[in-house]
Amino acid sequence: MHELSLATGIVETVVRHADGRPVTSVDMRIGTLRQVVPESLEFYFGICSRDTVCEGATLEQEIIQARLSCRACGEQWELDEPDFRCRSCAGSDVEVVAGTEFEVDSIEVTEEISTDQEEAGCIAPR
Amino acid sequence: MHRTKVKIAEDALDANTTIADANRHDFDHAGVRVVNLMSAPGAGKTTLLEATLPGLDARVGVLEGDVQGSMDADRIAHLHVPVVQLNTGAGFGGECHLDANMVRSALPDLDLDQIDLLVIENVGNLVCPAEFRVGEDARAMICSVAEGEDKPLKYPLMFRACELVVINKVDLLPHLEYDIEKLRHNLESVNPDAEVIECSARTGERTDAFGEWLSRVAAREAAAV
Repeated sequence: MHELSLATGIVETVVRHADGRPVTSVDMRIGTLRQVVPESLEFYFGICSRDTVCEGATLEQEIIQARLSCRACGEQWELDEPDFRCRSCAGSDVEVVAGTEFEVDSIEVTEEISTDQEEAGCIAPR
Repeated sequence: MHRTKVKIAEDALDANTTIADANRHDFDHAGVRVVNLMSAPGAGKTTLLEATLPGLDARVGVLEGDVQGSMDADRIAHLHVPVVQLNTGAGFGGECHLDANMVRSALPDLDLDQIDLLVIENVGNLVCPAEFRVGEDARAMICSVAEGEDKPLKYPLMFRACELVVINKVDLLPHLEYDIEKLRHNLESVNPDAEVIECSARTGERTDAFGEWLSRVAAREAAAV
């Protein structure tokens, strides 16, 4: 149910970086600990992006598996069940190495470029 | 027309975090410590505040977050505690959590110089509020024994976000098939460092422990944002 709020955050972030250019795709990196339902996020992204430069853009979601590391014994493992104690020494001094990401990694925008630039194969950074 | 890839690598909730930091700066400047209190609807947030705020040493204020209505704020106002109501939706429907910007919009109505501690009672919800920092020093949640022992495993994001978990409504235990040790075991799996208080806000049993926790937060030094 939090996907609506999350989708709003994505659109706001992308609009800020798109600089008015139409967006064709958005690449997200999402950790499993964020408990995001991909289909739901995609659905709400479609709604939130209406009447913005993101309208019609595809939402690519790279899911990042949660990984933990025990500061006491050095054990590292991937988290499949919600048990955050060290699976080796049962200690609680555990660091979440990956899995909390909710990041706009990159976007693809469409822009008009002059013939000169096109021939030179370069695009001015914005 | 040309398609260009633009690298961004930015947290999609960055805008909220920036405003939360601004709130935190204002709270720190006024010497006010802030607790973000969360739970499922009906777990007893307002009742617990009613049971604890009158006896508190610190000067406390409350920010009441609700989708609609001012019933909770009215209850707090009866305690002669300064309270500001924040409604997240006009009419029917509305946001299911408070975000940093909503809290910021309420700051002009709060006299921060008159309080040492602000309790933000978030909208009842075990999912969305965990995603949005509002500028708080500490996050606490209530989980009542009417909700089932499996909740930490179902909502790990919320249970991990909080440093204190209050197990409320223990007066109902004789009437329920509820295994409090099972809840504690599940909680330890998800957040082994969480402090736990078992109490009944309705009868007042052991609610003083929550009052003491609030006092400890109020006495904390401001941490760098």
